[in-house]
Formats: sequence, structure tokens, C-alpha cells
Amino acid sequence: MRYSGLKVITEGLFGNKGWTPAWRDPAPKAEYDVVIIGGGGHGLATAYYLAKNHGITNVAVLEKGYLGGGNVGRNTTIVRANYMIPGNTEFYSHSMKLWEGMEADLNYNVMHSQRGLINLFHSDGQRDYWVRRGNAMINQGDDAILLEREGVREHLPYLDFENTRFPIYGGLLHPRGGSARHDAVAWGYARGADKRGVDLIQNCEVTGIDIENGVVRGVQTTRGAIRAKKVGIIVAGRSSQVAAMAGMRLPIESHILQAFVTEGLKPVINHVVSFGMGHFYISQSDKGGLVFGGDLDFYASYAARGNLPMVEHVMEAGMTLMPMIGRAKVLRSWGGIMDMSPDGSPVIDKTHVEGLFLDCGWNYGGFKAVPASGWCMAHLMATGNHHEVAAKFRLDRFATGHLLDEEGTGSQHNLH
Amino acid sequence: MRIDGKGLIDRTKPVRFRFDGKDYAGYKGDTLASALLANDVRLVGRSFKYHRPRGVLTAGSEEPNALVEVVGPSNQTPNVRATMQEVFEGLVAQSQNRLGSLRFDLLAVNDYLSPFLSAGFYYKTFMWPRAFWEGLYEPIIRRAAGLGSLSGKHDEGTYEKAFAFCDVLVIGSGPSGLIAALTAGRAGADVILCEESHALGGRLLSAGGTIGGVPAGEWVAQVVAELQALPNVRIMPRTTVTGAYDHGTYGALERVGLHKPARPNLPRECFWRIVAKHAVLASGALERPVAFENNDRPGIMMASAVRTYLNRYGVVPGKRVTLFANTDAARATARELMAAGVTVAAIIDPRPDASGVEECPVHVGAEVVGSRGRLGLSGIQVRKGSEVFEIETDCLAMSGGWNPTIHLTCHMNGRPRWDEDLAAFVPMEGAVQGLLAVGAANGSMSTHGALATGHAAAMKAVEALGRKVSVAVPEAEDMPYRLKALWAVEGKGRAWLDFANDVTTKDVKLAAQEGYRSVEHMKRYTTQGMAPDQGKNSNVAALAVLADATGRGIPETGVTTFRPPYVPVSIAAMGAGGRGEGFAPQRFLTSDQASRDRHAPMIEAGLWYRPSYFPKPGEATWREACDREVTMVRQAVGIADVSTLGKIDIQGKDAGRFLDFVYTNTFSTLPVGRVRYGLMLREDGLVLDDGTSARLGENHYLMTTTTAAAGLVMRHLDFVHQAFCADWQVRFISVTESWAQFAVAGPKARALVNSFLESPVELPFMGVAPVRIGGVDGRLFRISFSGEEGYEIAVPTRYGEALFRDLVARAETMGGGPYGMEALNVLRIEKGFITHAEIHGRISAYDIGMEKMVSAKKDCIGKAAATRPGLWGPEREQLVGLKTHAPISSGAHLFVPGTEVHRETDQGYVTSVGWSPTVGAWLGLGFLKDGRARIGEKVRLVDHLRGLDVICEVCHPVFHDPEGEKLRA
Amino acid sequence: MRLTCPLCGDRDRREFYYYGAEDYLHRPAEGAPLAEWDNYLHLRDNPAGVLRDLWYHEAGCAQWLLVTRNTVTHEILGTELVAERKA
Repeated sequence: MRYSGLKVITEGLFGNKGWTPAWRDPAPKAEYDVVIIGGGGHGLATAYYLAKNHGITNVAVLEKGYLGGGNVGRNTTIVRANYMIPGNTEFYSHSMKLWEGMEADLNYNVMHSQRGLINLFHSDGQRDYWVRRGNAMINQGDDAILLEREGVREHLPYLDFENTRFPIYGGLLHPRGGSARHDAVAWGYARGADKRGVDLIQNCEVTGIDIENGVVRGVQTTRGAIRAKKVGIIVAGRSSQVAAMAGMRLPIESHILQAFVTEGLKPVINHVVSFGMGHFYISQSDKGGLVFGGDLDFYASYAARGNLPMVEHVMEAGMTLMPMIGRAKVLRSWGGIMDMSPDGSPVIDKTHVEGLFLDCGWNYGGFKAVPASGWCMAHLMATGNHHEVAAKFRLDRFATGHLLDEEGTGSQHNLH
Repeated sequence: MRIDGKGLIDRTKPVRFRFDGKDYAGYKGDTLASALLANDVRLVGRSFKYHRPRGVLTAGSEEPNALVEVVGPSNQTPNVRATMQEVFEGLVAQSQNRLGSLRFDLLAVNDYLSPFLSAGFYYKTFMWPRAFWEGLYEPIIRRAAGLGSLSGKHDEGTYEKAFAFCDVLVIGSGPSGLIAALTAGRAGADVILCEESHALGGRLLSAGGTIGGVPAGEWVAQVVAELQALPNVRIMPRTTVTGAYDHGTYGALERVGLHKPARPNLPRECFWRIVAKHAVLASGALERPVAFENNDRPGIMMASAVRTYLNRYGVVPGKRVTLFANTDAARATARELMAAGVTVAAIIDPRPDASGVEECPVHVGAEVVGSRGRLGLSGIQVRKGSEVFEIETDCLAMSGGWNPTIHLTCHMNGRPRWDEDLAAFVPMEGAVQGLLAVGAANGSMSTHGALATGHAAAMKAVEALGRKVSVAVPEAEDMPYRLKALWAVEGKGRAWLDFANDVTTKDVKLAAQEGYRSVEHMKRYTTQGMAPDQGKNSNVAALAVLADATGRGIPETGVTTFRPPYVPVSIAAMGAGGRGEGFAPQRFLTSDQASRDRHAPMIEAGLWYRPSYFPKPGEATWREACDREVTMVRQAVGIADVSTLGKIDIQGKDAGRFLDFVYTNTFSTLPVGRVRYGLMLREDGLVLDDGTSARLGENHYLMTTTTAAAGLVMRHLDFVHQAFCADWQVRFISVTESWAQFAVAGPKARALVNSFLESPVELPFMGVAPVRIGGVDGRLFRISFSGEEGYEIAVPTRYGEALFRDLVARAETMGGGPYGMEALNVLRIEKGFITHAEIHGRISAYDIGMEKMVSAKKDCIGKAAATRPGLWGPEREQLVGLKTHAPISSGAHLFVPGTEVHRETDQGYVTSVGWSPTVGAWLGLGFLKDGRARIGEKVRLVDHLRGLDVICEVCHPVFHDPEGEKLRA
Repeated sequence: MRLTCPLCGDRDRREFYYYGAEDYLHRPAEGAPLAEWDNYLHLRDNPAGVLRDLWYHEAGCAQWLLVTRNTVTHEILGTELVAERKA
């Protein structure tokens, strides 16, 4: 079924009786060409591009809960291509291009909105850092504009420019940065993959990976054994557990990142704003809630919930930066489980097992990467070759020292 | 309408307030909702999506409809629950989310378009043409969405945060909470009793009945009086416990000043962090609506709310009331209304076996199937069997049973348990360590059940605390709770589940039809439960409708997760203290005032404030001052406060051995009285920090770190010591704050230093010696960060300011003076010294040409990982100097002249630049691929953001005095 | 969230700095192959369950603690000083 404004009207006139399911609810078959473990954003996008770009449609996505129930369903929805290190810049640049065509491609309105991202800086040293990054973005073919203090004031007049602990020196405006409706991304890819024949199997937990003589043969699940020629592990938040089924020990530590949303408010924040001194970023959703977050809780955890010290720190940062939000009330807080890697960058790679592939380590930047991660993982699984924009996301780069460390904080997982 | 002789309001204290520009009167003790109802104001808001007229539904913080803006003298607060806002003299409130007046909201057109605005419609449209999304569709959607408005002005209100600790935290002051607090209190435990409302008593304030033979209200007064008299009991009214966190920590929001006119220093709210050994959850239960066609009109209310308005506020929200309820207990509302002289037109009870005997007509086995009245209820349609008839009524009290208020028990991922008898979720025991749910919150619906379970939980806590007490549980009503679950009445029209987000049963069914069958998918697709009440009024009913639509039971359908906060909490309250300069500590140099006296701009350097430059009359720009200060140091003498550098005092027999382990180079061989530059790696082989360490005695070193890494290095040393060599005889402590330290640099530095020492010393370059200055013991180091002959003089912090003023005065007689961060930066660039601009965490010793400093003779932190192949070779960007005659910038990237500028041709980047008055050129430091092999070549420096495109010469990074003759002079 | 410091007693999480899993204690010997360093610096069991990890009482006694706790429930099962650890 093709979605359109006209369809909404005609269905509305007839009691909305004609809408059909966005995806089927198939029983798992005994064998597939490709099994994707994990029905989150990255897994669904991988299945979609396997089908669309490579014509591989005998594919199952196995999800232990519900589709899009991981980090794609619990994030602050920021989409940006503002990386500095080669290896990252080309990947996120590619992802941004896919975002820009996503609605037309998926026939699903993911509400991608390029309202502009402003990263604020608060010292000459921070300005130089952001200039280096902005220049890297432009060298890559993306966009960046340096704003001095008065330029920031034009865009964000509500910031506290007078009485704040870390004065605003300026900001880097990334006009193509913005946000999207996170659930819609998962659903759009799910619907697109299903339409092309991919089986999306929910409530199906993988309990084992079958390997014979170093070659993957399939998976064991709570709904029976499934044979497969190729298997992709795409389960951020649970990567270590699933990889352990194939005898792997990953460079991943799991951490909680909390996020917050306020009650609905009339429009007051147009951009995505990021504070350089307090790990605070904010945007306003189309429904009117202020969506914001900060840093990790910093201790390893799988709890998907956080504690007050970081909650309060985030609110304090908000109050020093933009005290006009003081009377907005936080409606809900939640935590996502992040795959934190030792250099802050992800892995899209083969493994020591033939036919077994790995996509993990997205730290807290996985949402904007969904399309390119799916695109590149599908490319790798279909062709056996790394896609050129994801060629540096190797699993062995920590051992060899070919690091992609944007933050420069080194081999401590929680500092990225 | 106000009823005589009822309610706990103070009728001797009338209060005037304003709503939507009109003045009204209420009484002290009223909420805005009760006062408006007393004034027969039924229409108080518009719904989120369809802009339907809405009235007060509840009498508590779960209110989904009656959200208003409270307008203060300097700011306004959106989304205030009229049911929680106490009226006070001069209160001004207004309705929100309307275009035009509340009665004639232009956006009410959405209601007529509702067939096209079904669940998830926006995912299916607004996609063409693409440019219209951001340009047209989205702005319209954004303007229509949202509820209340922020003013856009800074919130200048006062907010507080506080910590509290107790043995027993009691959450809620209904019957179960009161007896729990009394039991624990009498046992001598340290008790905190939090009550969301301004008055204690919970549901006992809204209901009749007796406890222990006395009227319930009287019992409440007795218990409260006793609790108030107990010194070990703290009563916190107007305080909502908002979240349960790890290890007995609870968040709570106290509404300190929101019920009073604003005045200076009166906090609006206080956010509490309460740490409790035990907690008793006595949060009661929330009554649930029934979904039927047009069940959202003003005048349709929860039965318990009608009862609360009657008994607590002396208000009846209608003249001809009807009751639609599926429990026996709900009948009390009708009986008490009749006893107060109010007409009850009918009771509609869907249970076929319910009693038909009341003082008013009772329709047993019947359902309300519709309503009418544009801006307020005027009548309902009732169906009994095949017959449908009309009843005229202006207030329908409805009840679909009760949901225990279990939210806090789910905040730590605990899943609730479905109880078939209650047709409700109840807490899973042990879901929050140390917290016991009691009373209605745990499914004990009668007053007796509340008292008994509240008492039992408190006794458990008392015993665990090793205390003893005997408290009798008084007698009270113990009616069985009997209901027939009724979630939604069959019908064709729109029947609301989530009033706040305008989600109807049709939306939930449509979600199931379209495959969004998981409860999480349904929630997210329809937005059910995502509004300000977070589904408190609707989630369970929506689940039931989904379960029905998907042919599953409710337990299999599952629940969405309750997450903190229980009620919305203002960002200002949880962020109290962060406003303005409160966000982070401020660290000031001992020379701070002296520098400000000289009009030096003080800039942030981490948490420190340091002088940027020291302007002189006639200097128009910072550059002029900077150039002068650089030349002054090169030609005469300059003074700079360098106290921000980290200083770590290290002592013990194994101190040298320890330094050998944490530095790449060797310190155990350093002679006493000498200083050495040291490079420190992280264990991953990249540079952590650099600095100098001095050997003050055989077993005594003083390490300095950079300003930025002072804390980091201290933590690192503690780890290395405790993890790998705890048995070594070495101890260390940070003495950064204990010493004030000043650089004296320039050709006249020695003359200046000798002019104030009690006995002049001759120090070699990189020497250290104890000195006395005006009777004070200090230390003199001969080290330099400027490239000139330089000294650093350290004295105990309390003498810092005096010494700084003295040094500056002496320097000025010699043609010198103070210099700031800008000059310091140019001086070190001229000399090729690195800072954290260069050692930014991705840099190896090889990259900065210091690989030879990694001693081959010993192990050190980071030595092994530094040998990884990716950290070596011509592909690495290496530290170089850059020189040119046009302005250049940090953050620019480097390219081969004549090549295209893009990522693939990128050769490196610039980290530090400055105009060098000494060299007479723009100098830079940066990292260039295979840079050391390219010295003498030209590179193209491109800064798109600043519009620079300059050819530079690649140089050795040391521009000034490369042989170091000046240092060693 | 609260931790019991063996020296200072029951303290708020705000006083502590977190490093990572106890792996950081098992530093390879000098000259160990790079694979061992990779294992030490980067690779982690990362259990969803009981973990021993390293916390620094930065705003207290400056001692590093080895904490045994559950990463799913956050229950603390024990704390000891790194400097005096048993194994």
C-alpha cells in the first residue's frame, strides 16, 4: 500500500477501514540466505538495503522483543554530519545524503527536519577545535558556518549571554543538522524491508550461533533453529552477549545514557543546540516537548535507567545556558544502553567466523548512522568487501593502533 | 456551585483570583479547579490535537485536561494542573493551547477533520514535495502542537536542592501512610512523611466514615498532631516523591512557594534527594475513566473527584448529577451528594447483579453510550439492553474502578503483576529494594486493609532497624472491592482513552489493524500515554482495548514502562544552583585582584580565571598589549602567575622508581637540586601530559603537570600506585593550592630575582633550590616556558598576592612588567613548546618527535601500546612549525600547494598560531603528514570558515634560540 | 546510587570517579605480545550480571576501589581497596 495525502483522505472518508498492516507477522522459515540478529534501526536498515541494493530478499530479521525497541526507540533523534576524523567524516556524510532522500525512498514520513545544529564554544581553544572540525566537514563536502557571539545571538536570542559560568564565544552552525522522528525510522525501514520480502520475526530471541569448522551455519532461537548462509550481529546494547555465542570478546563496554523530554510546549527552540562546557544538548520535537540529554552515567550498566547525579547535572547545564527553559517540566526520563568502544567509533566488519558479520560499537551516535550503517553492512554482507565509506571501521584497529578517536580520550570506554 | 456546611476550606478567608481575564473569588484551601467549579466555570481548556472543549476531570496531580498557564509578575508557568494549584490572593491564570478565545478556538476545526487525523496519519503524508516539509507542513504542525507557552524570558525564580536522610520514608499520608508514619515514629525511627497535597489525610479528607470509632477527619487530626509532636518525624506537605533510584535514593519535589504570591528569596520549589533505609509506598490508587462516545465533555468527571470536591472543598460541579460506575464503593459519591441536598438524576451501573436500591433511580446492567453539550455536558444517552434513552444531566461522575499507584515500584525496571480480581496491575514485591507498597497502592482497597498493611510494613522496617513498638490498628470500614471490568462501552463514535493526547479507542484499534500490535508500538504509533499525565488515567484501559483487538489477554499484552518522574518536575528545580555562575566552581589566583586592578581581562582556563593581557593606556587592541608583553619578556623581564599548574609532592624511598614508571624518561638518576622535563603516556601509548619534576631531596620530588591535566594526573598516579605497586615506599599528595608560583622571565630575570632573595643564589639551568624571601621559605626553580632565562619562584599561597605585587613593581623599575596568557602563548609558540592544543589525546611521542624520550632501559606506562604499528610511520601527522607573512589560524587544514582541497588531499591541521614580534612573522604549530621529512617545503593552509588560504613554509617547531643559549645563559 | 567505601563508609555516587572493568588491574608483563595489550586495554567480557569494576573515591579518601556489583540490577555485592585486594 502506497501512502500519500490523497490516501489519507480517501481512507478517512471510509472510516479508515482500508489500512493494511505495515508489515507481516511471518513464522520463521527453516532456512534463509541471510539472518540478521537484531530488529533495531541498524538491523532493519541492513535488511532493507540487502533487498533493495543487492536483491537479496531471502532474509530474516530476528528480534527478541518488538521492532525498533532498542536505542532507535529511545534516543534524542539528532541527525548530523559533523565529524572531524577521516574514516568518520565520509561515513556520516554518506548517511546524511541517505537521510535527505529517506522519505521518498521509504514512502514513510520520518519527519527528518534540517533545522540546523549549533555547537557552542566557550573559549578560544574550543573555537579552534570547532574550526578544525568545521573545516574537516567542508573538506568532506558538508556544511559548516562559524558564528561569533553576535551570530549566535541572532539564532539563539534566548541563551544567557550575560550571566553564565562559561561565556558564549560563538558556535559552529551545521545547517543540514537537525532531527527526525526516531520510531518512524525503524518502522519505515521495517515496512520497506517487509515489502521486499524480508521476514521480520518479533519475539524471537537468538540463543546460540551454529558454527562448523569456522563457518557459520545458522542460529538457535526461542522459536527453533534457523539455518543461514550468512549471519549479521546488529544488536547494540547486547553486542557482547551475542558475540560471545560465537566465542568473541569485543572491545565494548555497555553504559547508560539518559535522556529527557518535557511536557508539550508551543515552539520555543528551533535548532538543535549543544553546549560545549556541560554536555547538554536540546531540541524541540514537533509535538512540542523539549528533548534533551547529556553525558553517560559513566558506570557500566545494562539497566536502561539512570541515577540522579547525571539528571541534575544535565538540568544545571540547561539552567546556566538557557534559563528560559526553567519552567518547562520534565515529563519523562529514560536510559539507553550504549555500546561504548575504546575510541568512540563503531565496528562494521567480518569476524573470525566465515559468514558471520558484526555491526556494533555505536557509542551514543547510532541514530544518525542508521541509514549508512545499514547501507554499508548490507554491502559488506552481500559482496564480502568493505564499503569505501566504512572501510576504517575495523575490529582489529585497536590492536593495530589505527584509531578513530574524535574525543581524544583514549582507551577508556566511557570517555567517548 | 458551593454547598454550605461542607468542605475543609477556610470560609473566613476569601481569596480573589483571575482566570482568562475575569475575576473570581474562592477561599483559602481551594485549588484553582475547586474555585473555578465553585464559580460554575466548567470549560477550562482545549485538548491537544482536536482542540475539544475540556473541563476538570480529576482532583489530583494526574489531571489530563485542566492545564493552565499561571502568570506571575515577571514570568509565566505553562501546563500547571488547576487541580494542584492552590489559590492565593492575586493569582492570575489563563487557559492555553487555543487560537482565539477558549470558547471559540479556531483550531477546533481539527475536530471536524478528525477522520483524516487518525493515529499515525502524519507518517503517511506531508512527503511531497520534499521542500514543503520544513517550509510549510512542519511549521504548521509545530504551531498547532504543544500545550502551554514558555515566555522565552530567563527564569529568575529561586529554586533549591537539598539532601535528606532517614530510617523510614513514608510516601503518602492516607490511612496506610499515616499509620505507617505513626508506627515508625513511635518506635523512635527517623521518619520522613511526604504528602503531595497541602493537607495530610489523603482519601480520608474526601470521604466520610469512621476510624477507631471517631470520624475519619478527627482521627487524621489526632494522628497528625501526634506526628507533629514527635521530634524524630519530619512532615513534608506539598511534596511529591518523583522517582526511586538505586540504593534507597528517592527524588522528591517540594512546592515551597507556589501557593503564595511571589516575593524575593521565597523559593518556588525545592528538589530533594532523600536517602532512606526503608520506604513505605502509601500512594493510594487512581480512579479510571470509562471510554464511551464523547466521554470527554466538560462536566464528565471521575466519581472520586466529584466526591473530593464535595467533601473537601464544599463544591458540587453540577445541579443534576448522574453516576456511571462499576463498583459498590463508587455509590458513596451519589449518596453523599444526595445527603448534601444535590439532585442525583440516576445511577447507571453496568453490573447486571448490582443492587438497584438507592434514594435515586438506578439503571442496573446499563451503560452510558453517549453525551451532548457543546461546551459542557447537558445530557447523556444510556443503553439498557436494546433500549437507549436520554437523561438530562450537567455532571456525570464516572468510575471504571481503580488502578493502584504503583509507578515508583516500576522505576527500577520492575514489572507489575496483573491481578484478575482487581482487574488492575499491582506491584511486584521487591521491585525496589527496601520499598514496600501498602494500602490501595498494593491493592488493599478498604480503609481497614490500608491501615493493616501500612502498619505491617512499618513494623517490618522497625524490626529491621532493631527497634520495638506496639501500635494497635484501629477499626475501620472493610468493604469487599467488587467490580466488573469495564474499559470501553461498545459504540461507533469516538470514545476517548487518553484525554490529554486525544487518543480514542478507534486509534488503538487502527494501530492493531496496521500491525502495531506490540503495546510499545501501539503507544508510540497512537501517542497513547505520552501526554502530561503519562497515561495515569488511560494506560490500563488502552491495554485492554489493544488486548481485545489483538485477541490476547491483558497480561500477555504487557505494559509500557513507568519512568521517573512520577509528576513532571521543572528543569529549574532539578537544575537548582546551576543558574549563572553556579554551574561550576570558580578558582582564583592569588594575583587575581592585583591583575584586575591592572584591568587585565580575566578569562576562563578550565575552572581557573587567568589574565589574558595587561593593557596599557593607548593600546587599542589586545594584540598591541600582547606584542608589547612578548617584546618585554624578550628584552627585559616579565612576571606571570603560573600557579594553575598542577603540583604533586612525592616522597618515599621508591619515589624515583615510581616516577620512572609513570614517565617515559628516567627520574631516579636526577641529582638532588635539579629539574627535568618529563613526558607521561596513557597506558594506550598516547601522550597524557608533560611537565617538569624537581628532585628536592634524596626521597623527595615535586612534579608539575599542565593546568588542564592536574586532576587527571593525580588520579592516574593514584591508580598506578594502588593497582601496580602498592607495596612501594612512595606517598604523594596534590599541593597545587598550597603554593603560589610566578614565572620571572627575560634577560633581566636573574637581576630581578637576586634583588629580593635574602641571599642570592647561582642556579644552573634546570636547577632548584630552597630560598628565603622576606622571612618566608620558598623555592626557586630555574626553568623556562618562554625560551628566555627564566625562574619560577614559589611561596606558600597566603604570600602569593604580596609577592606578585612586589615582583611586578620590581620588574617595572627594570623596563618589565606582568604578562598574560596571550603573550605566554606567543612566547611558547616561538620556542616550539607544546600545550594541550598539541597533545590533544591523539598524539604519540613519535608524533611530537619525542620517541627518543621513551627509555629503552625500563618499563613505563604506555610503553608497550605505543609500539602499535598504527602509531608510527610516514602516514602519521607530525609536529611542525609554520611560518608566513599573512595572518593564519588554528583549526585550518594543510594541503600541498596546487592540489584540490578535499578530505582525500588533506595533509594535516594547525593547532596554535600567533604573530611573533620577535621573528616578525606569523608562526604556527601544527601536524603534517610525514612532517619532519618536509621541513623547508611549502604547504597551503586553508581555513574555509575564516576565509583564509595562505602558503606557509614548513619549519622546525623551534623558531627562537634553537640552540637554547638564552636558557642556559 | 551509593557505594560503601571501605575507609569512608556509605557515600553518594557523586563522590566517585568510574574507570572501568577490573581488567585494568591485570597489566601484562613487560615484553608481552601486543595481543595481550589489546586484551588488557580494549576487550571486555562486559557481563550483563556480576562485574568487578574500578571506582576512585575522588572526593573522599583518594582510594581506588574494586567493586563487585550487578550491571543489570545495580546491586552492590562488595567493595574492597584496590591496594589491598585479595586476588
